[in-house]
Amino acid sequence: MRAAPRWQMPSVSVHPRCSDRQGERVNLNQALEIVGQTNPGMVRSHNEDSITFDAEYGLAVLADGMGGYNAGEVASGIAVSVLASEIRHRLESDTPEQKVAGSEEELGVVLLRDNVKKANLSIFNAAQSQPQYAGMGTTIVAGLFFDNRVAVAHVGDSRMYRLRGEVFETITRDHSLLQEQIDSGVISKELARLSQNKNLVTRAVGIDADVVPEVHVYDVAVGDIYLFCSDGLNDMVEDEDIGATLQMLQGNLTLAASQLIEQANDNGGRDNVSVILVKIKGGYAAPRGVWAKLVSWFRN
Amino acid sequence: MPAKLILSMDGSVIKEYPLTKERTTIGRKPHNDITIDNLAVSSEHAAVITILNDSFFEDLNSTNGSMVNGAPTQKHFLQNNDVIEIGKYKLKYLNDQPTQTSAADFEKTMVLRAPIKPSAASVVPVAESGAKFESTTQYNATAPKPASAVAPAAAPTPVAVIQILNGPNLGKELELSKNLTTLGKPGVQVAVLARRPHGYFITHVEGGSFPLVNGSSIGEQPHQLNDHDVIELAGIKMEFYLKN
Repeated sequence: MRAAPRWQMPSVSVHPRCSDRQGERVNLNQALEIVGQTNPGMVRSHNEDSITFDAEYGLAVLADGMGGYNAGEVASGIAVSVLASEIRHRLESDTPEQKVAGSEEELGVVLLRDNVKKANLSIFNAAQSQPQYAGMGTTIVAGLFFDNRVAVAHVGDSRMYRLRGEVFETITRDHSLLQEQIDSGVISKELARLSQNKNLVTRAVGIDADVVPEVHVYDVAVGDIYLFCSDGLNDMVEDEDIGATLQMLQGNLTLAASQLIEQANDNGGRDNVSVILVKIKGGYAAPRGVWAKLVSWFRN
Repeated sequence: MPAKLILSMDGSVIKEYPLTKERTTIGRKPHNDITIDNLAVSSEHAAVITILNDSFFEDLNSTNGSMVNGAPTQKHFLQNNDVIEIGKYKLKYLNDQPTQTSAADFEKTMVLRAPIKPSAASVVPVAESGAKFESTTQYNATAPKPASAVAPAAAPTPVAVIQILNGPNLGKELELSKNLTTLGKPGVQVAVLARRPHGYFITHVEGGSFPLVNGSSIGEQPHQLNDHDVIELAGIKMEFYLKN
């Protein structure tokens, strides 16, 4: 339920020294509802996907690992734990919306990008030093919610979708051969469903010494539902059906997540399938001091 | 196993051509990969471009044109068992890699190694073929419908119907034509009916109390419905039955 609009100005007495309170991170537990599930599917014997999420920090991370034996799990596990622990650690003392010294970028964006690179190096080094891990890698999609926005970083073909009102759409664009063919006009989006080249990613975490994650920031609206998923979902279930499921079951996110996994498995479940759902229950603007407001007012 | 073209005329196979090259040319002149020495065939008649597991047919503005699956075609995204016709000759496209048995291995995500350049053009991994493709427009397929892309794992579940047994909508029927159907009043009590390969299941979505099936509460877990079960939800009774 949307809260009734409150028209009064935020009372100054709530934050007695507003301008000094900028260093305080907002706990997003009240604003976000997050659920996540991961499942090996119907064909694979083990699950190479890894997920983690934390409503307090507004963080959701999903990785789909690849490599022989259990190397895929190792790669996705490293990626998820590096992002989660490093970002949490940094946000103990700093806020995601603060500008990083010497750049125009916000800390939240920089944290996502730098830690995907850090995870990349950890996986790459492990793969170099341990023969059983040679060639392992992982896709990743990570969202950090702060200040009424979401920053999303991704590498490979794990996706973030958004349901806003009636509209369900893909927000991230896969780093895959197929997406590049769609972009360059070789093949239409409709025909891409028939392609046999679905599982070829053009970027992955841990394969080379460096990786370039794609990071974007989007405004959120109360009522939005964000879906992070591995290709085990969107290869098995049509976008239209995923959107309809979220639309119908938005009152019960846990059930929505399990229904999505069930549909992927009912359609064959040829891959591991993971979903994280984030529902925006309320606004979560960062507290701003009078001085900061004034500065940004002059800047605009 | 690479995809292949099987050349035949009047039902007898002439030769098989594996599509191992990025560009396989078809024409009358001997320099073509597939040479068809017949005056109805242009010297450079057509080409098949193969990118990993996908192949595209393109007529090279030939004099007499090409047909795919019986229709005149300029460009076409080839699907398994498509038949290309050039004059009296037929070329059947076979690409049966992703069979269900080998699916586990085939579906594994792989990485295309490409040099990492921060803001380089996005067509990096297939730069050579990509360049050739940039001038061409989108390919049209007349063949299989995209709807069949996700194959159901089992035979279709029989169609089920919900009939309202009391209240203002008494007698009304609702056919469960979608995979998911929600019942009830949002904010009061909602349940979802899921159509699955092995039957229909009802699950509680929201509300203070759980739906009743044949008078007993189903709790939080999915509950499989049997023919003629009676569901009670927010004071409304309804019967679930399977259509023949």
